[in-house]
Amino acid sequence: MALDEGTVARVAHLARIRVKDERLKPLAGELDTIVNWVEQLGEVDTNNVAPMTSVVEMQAHWRQDAVSDGGYSDRVTGNAPDGVADPEGAFYGVPKVVE
Amino acid sequence: MSKLIKGKTGEWEVVIGVETHAQVSSVSKLFSGSPTAFGAAPNSQVSLVDAAMPGMLPVVNGEAVRQAVRTGLALNAEINKHSVFARKNYFYPDLPQGYQISQYEEPIVGEGEIEVELEDGSTRTIGIERLHMEQDAGKSVHDRHPGKSYIDLNRAGVPLMEIVSKPDMRSAEEASAYVGKIRSILRAIGSCDGNMQEGSMRADINISVRKPGEELGIRAEVKNVNSLRFIRQAVEVEAKRQIRLLESGGTMVQETRLFDPDKGETRSMRSKEDAHDYRYFPDPDLLPVVFDDAFVAECKASLPELPDTRKARYVEAGVSADNATFIAGEQDHIHFFETLLAAGIDAKQAADFYTSEFLGRLNKADISIADAKVNAEALAGLLALVKDNTISGKIAKDVLDDMLESGEPAKAIVEAKGLVQITDSSAIEALVDQVIADNPNQVESYKANPKAIGWFVGQVMKASQGKANPGQVNQLLKQKLDG
Repeated sequence: MALDEGTVARVAHLARIRVKDERLKPLAGELDTIVNWVEQLGEVDTNNVAPMTSVVEMQAHWRQDAVSDGGYSDRVTGNAPDGVADPEGAFYGVPKVVE
Repeated sequence: MSKLIKGKTGEWEVVIGVETHAQVSSVSKLFSGSPTAFGAAPNSQVSLVDAAMPGMLPVVNGEAVRQAVRTGLALNAEINKHSVFARKNYFYPDLPQGYQISQYEEPIVGEGEIEVELEDGSTRTIGIERLHMEQDAGKSVHDRHPGKSYIDLNRAGVPLMEIVSKPDMRSAEEASAYVGKIRSILRAIGSCDGNMQEGSMRADINISVRKPGEELGIRAEVKNVNSLRFIRQAVEVEAKRQIRLLESGGTMVQETRLFDPDKGETRSMRSKEDAHDYRYFPDPDLLPVVFDDAFVAECKASLPELPDTRKARYVEAGVSADNATFIAGEQDHIHFFETLLAAGIDAKQAADFYTSEFLGRLNKADISIADAKVNAEALAGLLALVKDNTISGKIAKDVLDDMLESGEPAKAIVEAKGLVQITDSSAIEALVDQVIADNPNQVESYKANPKAIGWFVGQVMKASQGKANPGQVNQLLKQKLDG
């Protein structure tokens, strides 16, 4: 698999990571190496092996539908860099986003 | 009936698919124990899991799984005993994780179908593509600060079922009837309260147009339409826009649009540059959702009578098809109607009186069923008085007016106002004799035209202030006039 600079730029944009233009080419090379290394897994014959969905052989635990949490808006917004105490209550504040 | 839309270059067919988001009726969230109640103070229903604090792990709410399976069964759909949560990656301030936990390649419910009734009395079968579980995002508030948006995560993590239809609908009416039917099914089984105003149910509508027989056109998705009326309007407006665009030589772009009911238009929400690539992958924090046949059987056994079966039962009992569909589609109506039936009122009479007299008056006065001063038991009390001949059907309507005004029970009003029906034939006979004696000219015209008896009935009823039993009046008049 060969990653081109355009793909790297696109993936970086989707992940909201700023990458300078001159870094695109070397990054493409590095990522290509990683992806190719992982692709070695393709050499193993898995025709008769069921897909593995988890490394632990256990069933998911289901929670009871009961209220056992919440009620601490001060705590959840406490670390917010731009938390606001509005008359209505505690909000997170972010740069204005209007669609 | 043609559903095609006429354009300048000929007729166009509209193709519609709907994604319905329904909030699961649960007290706690899909992956945490914080509450889901509507209208709480901002961020007061948020746990560290919902706020996506580092190291927090989601644990699935068993009730959400159960309700998704029940809903799938009610939609006649295939149930997948093994399904997988996946991460749908995108950035938005009200999505704290940076991804939404949803289901992608392996949803909990697969293909199904429902029957939808249309206004002309015909029915259409609409295919269901899938139903999957997912978490809702938070809410952005834009109007409390000039330079900032405020984020309230109370809704973040609320369990939703997304029900995806096949692109089987061909008109605005079908789209709105489909969502209406989904809503009545969800409400009947109690998996969602179906409250579109509070956002517990909303629909995204995919709309494209094509010349009949041609390939599917490029579609636009109209987001978050929150009433059946708006669904209809949105489809009509968007289909016309697409036809105008294509006929004037333009090309459709696949995009998300917003319906503005005030302006009666749809407009683009996201520019193409931001076209989403969600990079779904199985969520490593969550194990697959697995259950056995016994669990499915348990879910099935818990289903109440579904709207279609109920409707058939009502029609069987003599209710008109329109009224049966209407009543069976809504829990409030069902409650009233079943209460009337339990009181021994004839099904057809109960349905007619409930829909045209009772609801007719509420609609006219713009009062909701919940706010009406007459409840199901009180209405049953009124119709019981008609049934045992205490009052006539005509008087019942006047008594209903009084009841809605004062909230008094029917019996008290009838007694206080002396409205008890006159069934004593000697009393009625006296009235009949009087009317005949006073109107010799009308007696002559009756002899020429027996249909004129209606006039006499009216006069006698008037003389009795509506209290005479109309059947008896009719009979006595015939005897006297023909004798």
